[in-house]
Amino acid sequence: MARNVDSSRVEGKRLNRTFGGDAGIFLFLALSGAFSVLPMVYSIIQAFKPLDELFIYPPKFYVVRPTMENFVSLFQLVGNLWVPFSRYLFNTVFVTVAGTLGSVVIASLAAYPLAKHEFAGRKTINKIIQYALLFTSNATQIPAFIIMAKLGLVNTYLALLLPAWASTLGLFLMTSFMGQIPTERLEAAKIDGATELQTFWYIVLPSVRAAWLTLIIFSFQSLWSITGGNYIYDEQLKMLPTALSQIAAAGIARAGVGAATALFMMIPPILMFVIVQSSVIETMSHSGLKG
Amino acid sequence: MSSEVQAAKTPMAPEAPAYKRLPFKVYWQRTRLSYFMVAPFMLLFTTFTVLPVLASIVLSFTNFNMLEWPNWVGWSNYITMFVKDDVFWIAVRNTLVFAFLTGPLSYVLALMLAWFINELPKKLRAFMTLCIYAPSITGGAYFIWTYIFSGDAYGLINGWLMSWGLIQEPILWLTDEKYMMTVLIIVQLWMSMGAGFLALIAGLRNVDHELYEAAAIDGTKNRWQELWYVTLPSIAPQMIFAAVLQIASSFAVADVSMNLAGFPSTNYAGHTIVLHMYDYGSVRYEMGYAAAIAVVLFAAMALTNSLIRFVFKKVDPDN
Repeated sequence: MARNVDSSRVEGKRLNRTFGGDAGIFLFLALSGAFSVLPMVYSIIQAFKPLDELFIYPPKFYVVRPTMENFVSLFQLVGNLWVPFSRYLFNTVFVTVAGTLGSVVIASLAAYPLAKHEFAGRKTINKIIQYALLFTSNATQIPAFIIMAKLGLVNTYLALLLPAWASTLGLFLMTSFMGQIPTERLEAAKIDGATELQTFWYIVLPSVRAAWLTLIIFSFQSLWSITGGNYIYDEQLKMLPTALSQIAAAGIARAGVGAATALFMMIPPILMFVIVQSSVIETMSHSGLKG
Repeated sequence: MSSEVQAAKTPMAPEAPAYKRLPFKVYWQRTRLSYFMVAPFMLLFTTFTVLPVLASIVLSFTNFNMLEWPNWVGWSNYITMFVKDDVFWIAVRNTLVFAFLTGPLSYVLALMLAWFINELPKKLRAFMTLCIYAPSITGGAYFIWTYIFSGDAYGLINGWLMSWGLIQEPILWLTDEKYMMTVLIIVQLWMSMGAGFLALIAGLRNVDHELYEAAAIDGTKNRWQELWYVTLPSIAPQMIFAAVLQIASSFAVADVSMNLAGFPSTNYAGHTIVLHMYDYGSVRYEMGYAAAIAVVLFAAMALTNSLIRFVFKKVDPDN
């Protein structure tokens, strides 16, 4: 598996490479990386600009007198809120953590039979899920709201959690990874006396660690920025992005606060990604060594 | 029946469907675990995805307005949409631009970037992956572009162009019909290196390196041949996954347009099908009509999905 990529480094240069090709690729990567990352860098810079520098002509890509005043006024505004800020933070953290855990568990459970068992309906379900990957939940807002209301879930955490738990992206990812586990390995475990659930726990789940770490990344970042949209009206239950955008939306004097807010929201998912990404790489080289 | 015997007999996937010949009781005993494991997902999925979709289809034939009981109106919503609604056609045109320009472009970019990044040394590889993926990490990252394309002289692009003397007056990038779609396409491309890109990175990392050595012995001459004969066939599942995701996100462009170009945008120049649906569903409360728009969108997406699969079958018959 992944050991191969790294062994190529140990042995030196890969075969079939020319200097011109390498240089071209380097240039392409540098340009794409710059296009991708410079706007993010600019937003960080904006967050540290004092108000007069935000409205200076010509605008600058750097900050002359960096200041924390945007963050200070963000926290002042936050302190004056009717509902304590910690409440919004708790709402978002709770929904993110519970939603992520739930979706990993439910997707893993469902993916195993869908990838490796044989039962009536398996093919149909797999097909439906492939098509459902395309659906944007935007398209079904109205009936979805009616169903939520009938179930009495409006203004509860469950209105956000239950749909997140049934993530088709997560299930699809899990199913394709589990499908790549050699069937002989599972059969060997059963011949050795493992029950179906033991096989699932001791063989299947450890071999798809990369898949559930990837799923954690996807789920965490989509839930972290969830706004509660149609389902949450109670001020006590509002999500962090909703509260912060209300703060930042009030007028031009708060332009810098908006940038500070955005930076504040950006940090946790990026940290999460960096942590999980390094452990994914580690897992993969581990499985390579045991090979 | 002891658990070992039962477990050993649980039929595994790729074999012929032996279950069809079994009496129901035996069949149920052998497969009930499978059903129990799939049940939680299917229950939630049915309630929050399948039911709303079916309800949309039914509602699309009514004039539901949330207050009165819906009346059956037959195909009237669809006829209005296709014949009388000019704005719908603007939305269709813009959505198709996103779907068939941004979609494939972002897909090819994702594939190339993933391929090149995969050849970098470990540390640099992790760093580049983060750089390229960062814009899609946070949901609302596109707001940054309001600073860059701001219509006054404080916007980064206007400020630069003016101080270099290329333009005299600031350009209204986000409200002028001439520039709006170009800006939206740039931002959409910037945000599109998401789950599909990550899946490709993961797929590439799993390709067996011995395949490349074997191919070199068989006479691959350059990296393009390597790509065509070894790399692409090995990551076919991830390529389909990424293609579906890129197309789906291009069909669903809405938030970016709404937040950058405003809603409604000048003369609907940045209007998309999802925004059109939002307009009728959440602003005008013509739910029947909004549902009909949703159904047309589903149909278009499903058709494109079949097209993707058809193309991949031609390229790689194993799929």
